[in-house]
Parts: sequence; structure tokens; C-alpha cells
Amino acid sequence: MTDATLERLPVAKAPARRDIGLKRRYAAERRFRFYGLAAISVGLVFLAVMLLSIFGKGYTSFVQTSVLLPITFDQKVIDPQNKRDSDPNVLVKANYPVLAQRALAERLGISPTDKPQMAALKGFVSDGVRTQLRNMVVADPSLIGTTKDVWVLAGANIDSAFKGQIDLDVAEGNRKVSDKQVAWMNQLRDQGVMEGKFNTGLFTFGASSRPETAGVGVAIVGSFYMMLIVLVLALPIGVAASIYLEEFAPKNRLTDIIEVNINNLAAVPSIVFGLLGLAVFINFMGLPRSAALVGGLVLTLMTLPTIIIATRAALAAVPPSIRSAALGLGASKTQTVFHHVLPLATPGILTGTIIGLARALGETAPLLLIGMVAFVADYPTTPLDPSTALPVQIYMWANEAERAFVERMSGAIIILLVFLMAMNITAIVLRRRFERHW
Amino acid sequence: MNLMTDTKLQQALETSVDDKTDELIKMQGRKVTVHYGYKQALFDIDLDIRENQVTALIGPSGCGKSTFLRCLNRMNDTIAGAKVGGMITLDSENIYDPRIDVVELRARVGMVFQKPNPFPKSIFENVAYGPRIHGLARNKADLQAIVESSLKKAALWNEVKDRIHEPGTGLSGGQQQRLCIARAIAVSPEVILMDEPCSALDPIATAKVEELIDELKQNYTIVIVTHSMQQAARVSQRTAMFHLGYLVEEGPTEKMFTNPDDKRTQDYITGRFG
Repeated sequence: MTDATLERLPVAKAPARRDIGLKRRYAAERRFRFYGLAAISVGLVFLAVMLLSIFGKGYTSFVQTSVLLPITFDQKVIDPQNKRDSDPNVLVKANYPVLAQRALAERLGISPTDKPQMAALKGFVSDGVRTQLRNMVVADPSLIGTTKDVWVLAGANIDSAFKGQIDLDVAEGNRKVSDKQVAWMNQLRDQGVMEGKFNTGLFTFGASSRPETAGVGVAIVGSFYMMLIVLVLALPIGVAASIYLEEFAPKNRLTDIIEVNINNLAAVPSIVFGLLGLAVFINFMGLPRSAALVGGLVLTLMTLPTIIIATRAALAAVPPSIRSAALGLGASKTQTVFHHVLPLATPGILTGTIIGLARALGETAPLLLIGMVAFVADYPTTPLDPSTALPVQIYMWANEAERAFVERMSGAIIILLVFLMAMNITAIVLRRRFERHW
Repeated sequence: MNLMTDTKLQQALETSVDDKTDELIKMQGRKVTVHYGYKQALFDIDLDIRENQVTALIGPSGCGKSTFLRCLNRMNDTIAGAKVGGMITLDSENIYDPRIDVVELRARVGMVFQKPNPFPKSIFENVAYGPRIHGLARNKADLQAIVESSLKKAALWNEVKDRIHEPGTGLSGGQQQRLCIARAIAVSPEVILMDEPCSALDPIATAKVEELIDELKQNYTIVIVTHSMQQAARVSQRTAMFHLGYLVEEGPTEKMFTNPDDKRTQDYITGRFG
């Protein structure tokens, strides 16, 4: 029926096509897409280059060359006069590296009387054996007089050579390991007593002038204390300030000025905050230098504007209809904010806070000014003790000349990046969870 | 006005005649003015709201009817720069008296908004929120009873009783609006203000809400702002016509729609302007 009607009617004639610039428009669109893709590609290439270079240089720092030595805890070396019961200091002061050297000589079949050979052994094993063996003996004096197989760290140069980072084609005089040491190294490897083990020391050691016993342990603890202080101070202060400014404060000239100044604070270079911390917290208030407490306070000042801006944006994004609904039911202003507005703004607040924390975790400049760039070998027990921070540790290792420190630095960067990624993933996960809940 | 059928008109006339003997004034506005900053939005409004009746506020956009409605539970307080003058009473108490607590006032004068605005929580939590903050339920069973009866009064119970713990935002628009009405009822208000409650709904949902309003007037005093002449005619007993911030005239709905005193009312309801 309809078909018949259609057939009977004459078909309208199409008017002449106008040129409405379709070709030009599509070309513009294609061009713009290309620009976008190009921009993203450039970014990705730089990211890939950065990650490749860091991981390429740094992954070896997670492996440390160790030697298995049959250490004889000789009483003649440790406690020749048998005074350890009356004077415990004897065990602390004993010459432990000699024990390791003798054990190594025995492994390699070198006579202890062969002076030149023994001299060449120097530096083969890390000087860190001093503390390692001392701690063993102090913890268990009954070891004296016995022989025990102990994994000890190889020296930094041997470690580099073992990992193949030293070019052995260079003339012997121009490189840090002698041909003899290379031969011993190969001999020990063939015996199966020298191998790369997972480097737990990188995570547990503090500062050290010897790369093989240097680690980020103290820096991690320092950074952890600072993050804790920033979280405990900046989050409540920032959220309270934002809620007041966004929901309660009258809109007048004074609040406008406060708002502008908060935005300006977010743009203040971090080194200025460092100077402020130096002047106020250390000089005026007399807080200890190099302490995580001062670092945390300075980073709190720096993070506050970020958190306030993010929180205010999150609060402003809550639809006004929710506020009207609660107020219309007779909820007070405070109930409206805490029962409805704040929970809805939580994902945004969390994201802002974690981004602020991540920025604070990577901040270096202000910490340099308050003395956190220091050689700290002992763990801080409280935030008032001297400590360093992860980025500062990276900065300090970057200043070292030895090849093995470059490796450590890249390793520390990897650790820092892993922490930052973990924080960002936490932010995403928390956000998802909260959004599903509401 | 030919929108009302003769039978409906007759019915409306009859009910209003019946009520006339025991009509009471619930709320009263005298010389109400509102300024938004330097702009005056309402000029000397004198209007009575009668108990257990539906009063419709009509008029073209921007005429001040929503502004007047928001004065009745002091929601204008929340708008920066809004200033209310004159006097509004609830049971002969001035609601702008400093001794009046605005939280208590809003518990007595509930509000339903133009766009359904359920909290992003479960249906149960939406309705339970008001009774909870006002301490109206002594225990959990009490609260459940309040929620159930409120949802029943809002004619929503049968549709949602199996999914009472699912989010209120997952309901259809009409259901959401009835949920908002249930939420307002749960606080046991005396007056319910409705700001164009059907403007975001389709005709079927609108019919349901209108039916509901008709039932609710037995227990509550209702003031409704509407753009729809038919709606005003269908649900209200009295109608007030606003124009440019002035109250043009007020009277029984059937009179307003058949024989208004003012020419502007006549022109507006016949669609000549607005």
C-alpha cells in the first residue's frame, strides 16, 4: 500500500550541492588528531627513555656479590688476653677484618706468610665484615674458637667487576681491579662460593662511604616519618579550612583575599618553604636540625595549599540540590556538610591528598635547607632524631664519584618510583571503593 | 477557562462549599518583600494558606512564586544576599522571629524540589534520614515503621518494598520524586511545600504525583508552585496568581479559572501571555 503510494509520487530533485567546506573540515580534523598523537608519542618516548635508563642502570643494585667464607673465630685474634668476661669492649674493638682475610686466603690457597699476595687481597672483601662479624660475636660469644661458613659482601670494585661493569680490556694499571683479583674472582665463582645474592642491604643499611654497605634504610624511615606528619597535620587542617571557606565563610573581600593567597601559596617555590622552616622551626622555635619532624612540618606547609584547593574543588562539585534536600529536611548546616556533602566529596579529597603527599615525598630542595642532607648511618628512633629522606639520599649519591654509587642511586630512584606508584594506585583503589559505596 | 470539565468544576465547587464552614488559616504572609541584593523580587505580598488545602501558586517565569514558597520555610536564608521583609506566620507565630529555630521550622514545613534530589544512599536511608536527625524514632523497629508508613503514604511502598536497600538514585524520575515526598513526610511536617514537583516528570508519573497530592491534603497543608494550569486546576482548592513580584489575585481555584477579577489572570490562564 505504502509502496504503491511512493511509486506514484514524483521524487523530489536534489538541489545543486553547495560547497560547505567538508574537505577542509575533515582535513583540519585529521591534522588535529595527528598533532595530538604526535604530542602523546613524544611524551611516551621520553617516559620510555627515562624508565629504560633508570631501570637499566638500577636493576643491578638489587643484586649484591657475596662470598661464602669459612670464618674461624680465632681467640688469638679476637681476645688474646681472654678478658672478655671482665671487659665487654674487647669484643667490640677486635680486628675482625683479619679473620675474613685469613679465611679468604685459605679459600684461595694463599699462604698467610706470603705478604705481597695477602696485600693484594685487601679490598676484595668489603670492610663491612667488621660490623657483620662483630655483631655475630657480640650476640653469641660462644662462636669464639669455632669455624662457621658466612656469606660476606664483596668489595665495591669486585662487585662491579663481577657484574661485568668494569671493562677488563683496559690496561691493568688504568682499572680498579687487578688481573690477579679477576683470576681469584673467577676461581671463587667456579668453586660456587661467590655469587650475586638479593641485596637486602640496599633497604636496611644507612649512609656509608662504602657503596656496598650503603642503603636507603634510614632514608625510608625518615621519609615515612615525614609522610606521617604531613598526613596527620595537613589532611585535617586542609579539610577543615576548605570546609569552612567553602560552606560556612561569608563571601566578602577578606575571604577573597584569603582565597587568592592560598592559590598563590600553591605556586611558591618549595625552596622558599625550606627557608621559612629554617627560620621559624629551627632558628626561632629551636627544633633540632636534620630531624624528620622539621621536614614533616615544612612539607605540611607546602602540601596544605594543594590539599585545600583539591578539597574545595571537590566540595564545590557536590550538587547544590543535595544541600537543599538536607536543609529542607531540617538538617543543620553542620549536619548537611558532614552527613552529605563531605562523604560525596571524599573521593576528590582523597585524590588531592595523595597527590599532595606524593609531591611531598619527592620534594628535595626544602629538606636541603633544614639540614636533612646529612650522613646518617643510624636509624632514627623518633622523628626528632637526625634522618635523611629518599630524594635527598638520591641527591647525595648522585654527588658520589664511584661507579657503584651510580648504581645505588638508580636503585633508590626505582624504590622511590615504586612508592609513588603504590600511593597513586592506593588513591585510585580508594576512590573506586568510595564511589561504589555512594 | 475551558480546561476544566464541567463535572470536575462541579466537584471542586462542592468540596470547597463543604469546607467553607471549618476552614482554618495555617500560614499567613503580610507585606512580604524579598530583595536579592539590590533587586526586589517580591512586593508586599499578603497571602493566607488554609489548613488541609492545596494552594497553588501560578504565574509566568520570574514572577516570584518560587521565591515566596521558599520564604515559607526560610530556605531563602541559604541564598547569599537574600533579604526577607514583612511577616510570615505559622499558627500565628512569626517564623522570622529570632526566637524561632530554623531547623525546627523546616521540620514542621517540609519541602519537595523541582528536580528529584534523592540522597545517593539507599531508599531506606533516604526516608530514615529526617527522623534520625530529629530523633523521631526510639529504636530500629520504630524507624522501620516510620519508613514503611511514609513510603506507603507516598504510594511508593509496593514498588520498592523488595529493594528498599538499593540506591534511591536507581529509581525512575517519578519514583524518585515520590521518594522525595516520602522523605518529606517522614519528618511529620504540618505543611509541605512543592516547587514544581512534576516539571521533570512524564505525564504518567505526573498523574501519580497529583493523585498523591490529593490524598495528602487530608493530613497536610500543601503549597504547590506550578507552571501547568491544568495541574493547578486539578489539584488545588485555592490559587494565587503572581506577576512581576506582585500578587495579582487570590481566590478559590474554580473562581480563578472561570471568573477571575483581574484581566492579567484571565490573560495568563487562557495563554495570552506567560
